[in-house]
Amino acid sequence: MQSKRYIDWRRTTLTVLATGLMVIAALIAMLPFAFMFLSSLKPGQEMLRKGLSLTFEPGISSFKNYAALNTYRDGIYWQWYKSSAIIMLIQTVIGLFFGSLVGYGLAMYDFKGKNAIFTVVLVVMMIPFEILLLPLYRMLIRTHLTDTYFGVVLPYLVPPFMVFFFRQYVLGLPRELLEAGRIDGCTDYGVFFRIMVPIMIPAFGAMAILSCMNSWNNLLWPLIVLSTNEKFTIPIGMGTTITPYGNAFDVLMPGAVMAVVPIVIIYLFAQKTFIAGLTAGSVKG
Amino acid sequence: MQKQSSSKKLHGNPLTNPKVVPYVFVAPFVIYFLLVFLYPTIATVLMSFQRIDGPTQVTYIGFKNYERLFSRNFIQALQTTTRYAIWDVIVLTSVPLLFAVLLHSGLVKFASFFKSLFFIPALTSIIVAGIVFRLAFGTLPTAPVNRLVSLFGQEPRDWLMYAGTGNLVLIVLTLWRWMGVNIIYYLSGIQSIPTDLYEAAEIDGAGSIAKFFHVTLPGIKPVLIYVITITVLGGFSMFTESVALWQQNNPGGVGRTIVGYMYMMGFYKSNMGMASAVGLTLLVIVVLVNMIQLVLMGFFRKED
Repeated sequence: MQSKRYIDWRRTTLTVLATGLMVIAALIAMLPFAFMFLSSLKPGQEMLRKGLSLTFEPGISSFKNYAALNTYRDGIYWQWYKSSAIIMLIQTVIGLFFGSLVGYGLAMYDFKGKNAIFTVVLVVMMIPFEILLLPLYRMLIRTHLTDTYFGVVLPYLVPPFMVFFFRQYVLGLPRELLEAGRIDGCTDYGVFFRIMVPIMIPAFGAMAILSCMNSWNNLLWPLIVLSTNEKFTIPIGMGTTITPYGNAFDVLMPGAVMAVVPIVIIYLFAQKTFIAGLTAGSVKG
Repeated sequence: MQKQSSSKKLHGNPLTNPKVVPYVFVAPFVIYFLLVFLYPTIATVLMSFQRIDGPTQVTYIGFKNYERLFSRNFIQALQTTTRYAIWDVIVLTSVPLLFAVLLHSGLVKFASFFKSLFFIPALTSIIVAGIVFRLAFGTLPTAPVNRLVSLFGQEPRDWLMYAGTGNLVLIVLTLWRWMGVNIIYYLSGIQSIPTDLYEAAEIDGAGSIAKFFHVTLPGIKPVLIYVITITVLGGFSMFTESVALWQQNNPGGVGRTIVGYMYMMGFYKSNMGMASAVGLTLLVIVVLVNMIQLVLMGFFRKED
């Protein structure tokens, strides 16, 4: 009896300590969002004078800055938003299409060179993409693709991580499905689009969200490719509001909040597929 | 591959020939690899031995670009990057592991809520997050972090002016943004460990700490290797975080990384040859460090 009580008491203490640690960590993790939101309600002048603070001041805090997003440089913020959305859409749709085709091909068939190609996929995933920026940029200049959305999307047409993920996913599907489809008179492509794609929906979901997240937040490559202000993405555009001569806080803070909102909403709705997508690579790999 | 009699009638079209079909499926990646990886890689190697003054004015200069790497600025960028990468690997493998183990232990109430919440920072763009972090670690004595340290009797600091404290801010930013992702990786590994292994260890009289070192750690080895490998890659090729905190052209070069130096050489100084030499040096460093790490972790050892 004595020892059992002791263990329960010990466990309770540990529970309180562990949960307490999580609560503190969670508060710290959410702190930047609180700063961002509360600052977005204050006039830029106030930010310049006092910097960040966790206060809500009824006299001066308002949603006025959000309305200012519509008028700032003729509403360019929403232009950036549109650019980001278009690039995100093209990049995700094309990436999913090719990524699933190749991943499926690598998993469903046996053919000469298959292992070599898969090894290349793994090697490419290990290369710092940043070192290819200069030659890729020169390639865009020669093909007149600079300052175009297609130029931004080009390095992500067949994302190696998607190929890898779809391969792992399809390895878990029965190969008999292909035979059955063939007997029903489908071509192999018909089997892929009519039978396999519907089965692979969860994989498409996970990769779609991951791709949206990567594209929406991508900075370096779009920054190199795009030069017209109207075509800028949100991260580039937000960068232009920070200058050595002062920051346009009136736009910066509400702009930052509005940039985070859609992706967080997508995440909250599709958490489970999202997390499945992230972990698939590490466990089976 | 055995012949498929059922698709015989389709053999007229070469694209539906069963011998050809797999190649059609993988063709996009092969084309993509040649165009977006192999060609640029070869071009980088060639450019690193060249002096490029214009589209047609190219001269081969041997190893001169590599010799020039030993400049003060590059060494500084190398130091900044290496310091960041080392701390990145230490902090981003250990802290999320501790959290993952706790979240899985059953000791934490509302564990799945916390798991979802820790992931949210990963959804923000580094530029947007960087703005807040720069202000939080701002120079004003009223900046949040300075106010915090003054509670402990410390003088307010200019956090982003010095290499050491600058690195600290970078690590805090990275940990904030990336912790939730690594927690999810680790949890997926921990959940795949069969529970009877823990039961067997308990019968042998193992305590929580012994169980962690003898069951959990060996069990998540593949995940651990994966996390370390991508952290090494991300650490050495870090750039955006540094841009977010310092902009692209900070005078003292504090916070400038190898990729930042490459970017400066290539796009501000139009020295493509030099930039390529920097890029290849980075590639060699990343591959070398990861190979050493993989050998030490026993990745290439055959399982018995």
